[in-house]
Amino acid sequence: MKFIDEFRDPLKAQSLIREIRDLVGQIELCKRRPIGIMEVCGGHTHTIFRYGVNKMLPDEVEFIHGPGCPVCVLPRGRVDDCVALAQRPDVIMTTFGDAMRVTGSKKSLLQAKAEGADVRMVYSPLDALKLAKAHPDREVVFLALGFETTMPSTAFTVLQAQREGISNFSLFCNHITIIPTIKAVLDSPDLQVDAFLGPGHVSMVIGTEPYRFIAERYRKPIVIAGFEPLDILQSVWMVLKQMADGRCEVENQYRRVVPDVGNAQALEAIQTVFELREFFEWRGLGSIDYSGVRMKAPFAGYDAERKFEMPNIKIADPTSCQCGEVLKGVIKPPQCKVFGTSCTPENPLGALMVSTEGACAAYYNYGWIDRESIKPAKVSA
Amino acid sequence: MTPPMLDRQSADISTAQTANGWLARMREKRITLAHGSGGKAMRELVEQLFVTEFNNPLLAALEDQAVVPLDELQQQGTRLAFTTDSYVVNPLFFPGGSIGELAVHGTINDLAMSGARPLFLSCGMILEEGLSIDTLGEVVSRMKHAAREAGVVIVTGDTKVVERGAADKLFVNTAGIGVIRHDVAISATRARPGDVVITNGYIGDHGIAILLARNELALESSVESDTQPLHELVQEMVRVCPDIHCLRDATRGGIATVLNEFAASSNVGIHLSEAAIPVHETVRGACEILGLDPLYLANEGKLVAIVPREQADPIVEAMRTHPAGRDSAIIGEVKETPNGAVVMATAFGGTRVVDTLIGDQLPRIC
Repeated sequence: MKFIDEFRDPLKAQSLIREIRDLVGQIELCKRRPIGIMEVCGGHTHTIFRYGVNKMLPDEVEFIHGPGCPVCVLPRGRVDDCVALAQRPDVIMTTFGDAMRVTGSKKSLLQAKAEGADVRMVYSPLDALKLAKAHPDREVVFLALGFETTMPSTAFTVLQAQREGISNFSLFCNHITIIPTIKAVLDSPDLQVDAFLGPGHVSMVIGTEPYRFIAERYRKPIVIAGFEPLDILQSVWMVLKQMADGRCEVENQYRRVVPDVGNAQALEAIQTVFELREFFEWRGLGSIDYSGVRMKAPFAGYDAERKFEMPNIKIADPTSCQCGEVLKGVIKPPQCKVFGTSCTPENPLGALMVSTEGACAAYYNYGWIDRESIKPAKVSA
Repeated sequence: MTPPMLDRQSADISTAQTANGWLARMREKRITLAHGSGGKAMRELVEQLFVTEFNNPLLAALEDQAVVPLDELQQQGTRLAFTTDSYVVNPLFFPGGSIGELAVHGTINDLAMSGARPLFLSCGMILEEGLSIDTLGEVVSRMKHAAREAGVVIVTGDTKVVERGAADKLFVNTAGIGVIRHDVAISATRARPGDVVITNGYIGDHGIAILLARNELALESSVESDTQPLHELVQEMVRVCPDIHCLRDATRGGIATVLNEFAASSNVGIHLSEAAIPVHETVRGACEILGLDPLYLANEGKLVAIVPREQADPIVEAMRTHPAGRDSAIIGEVKETPNGAVVMATAFGGTRVVDTLIGDQLPRIC
């Protein structure tokens, strides 16, 4: 596959790894302890484990898997609201595939569907709008999730619904915004992160400027990274190069997709439809101020929270769950008390075990076997 | 390969008689509850459609069971293989096949994976009220051709009709009987360190063909289901190496699931090499777009075998001479560790675990 295979070239990977080793030798900090690089985005976590990138790096460089899986961080109370909505006979609940498996305090959308709720998987909010047109006698609710990556498509869908006068469509809005989230991670007193890989697709929308405070105020290098394994390796190299040179900057490895100024049209659609919420609850991290968005007053008719009665009960995270510490890099997933025992992908207790992009699920699925026990297979044919 | 008591001539007569013939004779154009009631309508359906199409003396006897003389089975082996599988695929027809081919090939393949020579199939149909007789006729015709090409005979059957909504158009169950020769002992527990892992060609075609045939994704591609019977290929493999250790067809859950079963049952570590696993470009492309992993995609004509290392090259060579094994390849090897797990050297140069799937593969959102 052209345009993809180029970014998975094993020979280029080997030469990058050699250069990374050279840089590690030049960084003083590496002599005392491993460097922690947080990849903020769940897509990066997935690539790292899927291609075994973590197993290729020298021991002095470790990935800390950040909070960037929007499916994982949806709190249990919000899932309960969603299940309650889905169980109304007049509602068709629609959402992206992996959001169906997230459990609330009692059940997931997938379980509600098995019990008779009309829950449908869609690939885009526009599919949900199409359903609304096809079923004018039902209320179609779209469970909107994600950072600035998915926010524009939701916003455009609402604007289209408004233009076409479709009134039986609404959003249950759980969008979150990236900058306050990174700031919350940076402000936690037990943080063990030395540098960041910035989220590629979020940055395609917001540009590179909003990250400047990370480099300037918190003195941490950040490199906006693409999602192919060579993108990750090159971004790690760029982070280490900054550290070796004693620089803290915002750099953009993903120039082929991310313009420094972002996408003006997408930002405008977000501005038109959404506004910040003062409080928003995260699974595993507690409340992060101004990290969630809701719909502005003129779009109240498309806001499921205003349109329907919902239980709206806060459900605390299980006390045994250590997602917060994993997210901040204080512990690694297997060091959590419940990892692999009472918290597994079949039965997730914590946020990070929920989706394959969550750090714990990725560890569980791809990474739990220690480095030494795996040597590449030698195959003739 | 036709069992000895059924001569080919009787099977061939059917073609001329039935091409469009039976449909004209059917009074109804849609299935009604009467077709499952045991009365005249049902008898008409059974005789005009099933008996005529599947045409063979064991079925035509119209007894409650097919009766098979044991001594003729004994000439072919010492043990019986017996299996059953139900087919509920949606849509009924898809690029490369239909529920009809699946119902024949799937059960043949389940028998074949023991090393058995498949001989007889049953055909149980659950029909939804309102199903068009044309559709049913097309499925039955596909089953007839698939069975004839594979040299197996559909010797007994059953039809039920359920009310509209109680089933989705048409479900098929087929059970099958085959005979295993005395020197073959295939089992998921027999993988040993040093053994080699083989597959018979490109993986994931069926899974992607079905996903795209549902038309929910607005993606177009040329991928066709790989549905095919594997028993002749297996007979060829067994001829070259009777001592095949493990053998399974990689249907739901893909080759990853089968290999995890082998690793767990045999207490060994299976090491794959991603670069050696055959995946069509179009399937890789669809997986990229949808966030799926070809290792977990369903196949309907792919097997995974674990064989002693010294036999690997002759087996692969023999497999490649058979149409169902043209693209056979060695894709990995068995080691002592990690115990009970499958790991893979990625084409990129890293390593990762290939775990059992939790539930369905659901597309990722971003």
